[in-house]
Amino acid sequence: MKIYLLTDFGSTYTKVTAIDVEYGTIVAFGKAFTTIEDDVTIGYNNALSQIYQQLGQFVLAASLACSSAAGGLKMVSSGLVPDLTAKASRLAAASAGAKVMKTYSYELTEFEIEEIEAINPDIVLLSGGIDGGNKAVILHNASIIAKVAGEFFVIVAGNRSAATQAREILEAGGKKVVVCENVMPAFGKLNIMPAKAAIRDLFIANIITAKGLDKAAAMMDMEIIPTPLAVFEACELLSNGTKAEKGLGELMAYDLGGATTDVYSMADGMPKVPNSFISGINEPFAKRSVEGDLGMRYSLTAMYDLIVEEDGGASFCTAGGFAMGAVQSWLEICRNDPSVMPHNEYAKYADIDASFAAYAIRVGASRHVGRTQKIYTPNGEMLSQEGKDLTQVRYVIGSGGAVINAQNPLNIMKEAIYSPRDLNDLKPLAPKILLDERNCLAAMGLLARREPDMALRIMKDSFVEIG
Amino acid sequence: MDANVIVNDENQEKISIVLGVIGADVHAVGNKILNYVFTKAGFNVVNLGVMASQQEFVEAAVEADAKAIVVSSLYGHGEIDCKGLREKCDEAGLAGIKLYAGGNLVVGKQDFTQVEKTFKDMGFDRVYPPGSDPQINVGHMREDFGLMI
Repeated sequence: MKIYLLTDFGSTYTKVTAIDVEYGTIVAFGKAFTTIEDDVTIGYNNALSQIYQQLGQFVLAASLACSSAAGGLKMVSSGLVPDLTAKASRLAAASAGAKVMKTYSYELTEFEIEEIEAINPDIVLLSGGIDGGNKAVILHNASIIAKVAGEFFVIVAGNRSAATQAREILEAGGKKVVVCENVMPAFGKLNIMPAKAAIRDLFIANIITAKGLDKAAAMMDMEIIPTPLAVFEACELLSNGTKAEKGLGELMAYDLGGATTDVYSMADGMPKVPNSFISGINEPFAKRSVEGDLGMRYSLTAMYDLIVEEDGGASFCTAGGFAMGAVQSWLEICRNDPSVMPHNEYAKYADIDASFAAYAIRVGASRHVGRTQKIYTPNGEMLSQEGKDLTQVRYVIGSGGAVINAQNPLNIMKEAIYSPRDLNDLKPLAPKILLDERNCLAAMGLLARREPDMALRIMKDSFVEIG
Repeated sequence: MDANVIVNDENQEKISIVLGVIGADVHAVGNKILNYVFTKAGFNVVNLGVMASQQEFVEAAVEADAKAIVVSSLYGHGEIDCKGLREKCDEAGLAGIKLYAGGNLVVGKQDFTQVEKTFKDMGFDRVYPPGSDPQINVGHMREDFGLMI
């Protein structure tokens, strides 16, 4: 039998999925602890040995891999106006599969030097000013970034009249710099593909090695890409389809992880109701957002802080029917052991864990989708829409351990649907909810690079409709 | 040669201006004419089109490093729509940016000297009555920016 091996080097586990080339089905799965500190290939070989146990001998068609190990691709982005170039820089970084830790706007301050040092990014994306526009802020920010200690790359994707000077400032500070096209060359016009390509190239050429993945990379038939990028490409394929087979059309996907909640939408997002108009930038058809404060383990404290900030946690506890004390105990348990599951002795915390998951989906959705605001004009009531209208999206896909292992995944995933509680959020009104039960989105994104038809078929076959 | 840099006598970069029809006003024709005239006159025009909010004017001016904001309004609600624009500019670090307003700025047929005073009190530098020739505004801008083109 001929096999594709698809490997996902995760922060905790290395997962290998084996696909039978002839039948186009998932035939084996192996999972072992990621061993990035010593030698990443140890964990890889452990996972691989499970595949051999299940399949015996096989012929390898190709081995492809993605990685979010060693913190993934950590980025900081900056722009000028929050809703314009800062937002464009964040969209560019997120669509390249980065974990966007923070997005800054306007002038960076000395105080933020320490903050960026603490984030310890792999890449800083510096933008600001449309072409021929504001230069002062990007140049100021270049001088601040130049002072930030740490080994990282800087991509300059701002006002091109300022690009050369920004590069000189950064290089004088000892930074490695890549200059590419402006993320917003003209007012309101997004141009995120060049920055996305620059991020991908840096990841492949430098960051893989820096993260200790070069030995694994040498064993693969294709460069290792960031895991969220693989998921992104799987979602694009599932939505668009191939020449031979239709896709699902407009969809959203959620990947709820230990550190982040990733939200994807493949939809044009144009206004769906009469009398509405778009204000702000037109967001791209394929959009990813990543929420670093909504994670089920490493970022659970940050999520807890959000919940407490809202109303002291009252509505969270009331809705779930548990006490604040129990929530805090679970938080403590997760803090001490991020690999803990709400099973066995911890089974009593399963409801709390599910409530956290539901909260992450709800807030992740709210931040991803657009919203409307009523405006009263002499011509009557109008709706000003900011961001994407995703109300007509027909499929919502749930992925990630906290969703697929939950007792009732539907309870968690229905937070992705429109609710009068968040009145102005343009979430899908009546989507079908699919569950990525085999957690194969990333693997299918990899397979899509070689066998798009096969990857599409596997996704369609393995996703289960739960609501 | 950088395409964003036009060569004129002083070999300076083009001056950016932000243009748009403010509020809920959808009158597009004048906007298109102004865009044409200002572009022809050598300005880098960031045109917001119709139904532009104060915030959009301010944010566009920040990103574009604009030297002027040109606001049109035809539907009579210009006074309400323009109130506070100068203060927003000051807040956004656009101190000293030139603000121009023109069109049918107020309800009914009011005395233009009064209208002009109202708008100047709100922080506008120049105010234009209905039917003004855009070239007059071009001349004023050149004067205000010290351009000899």
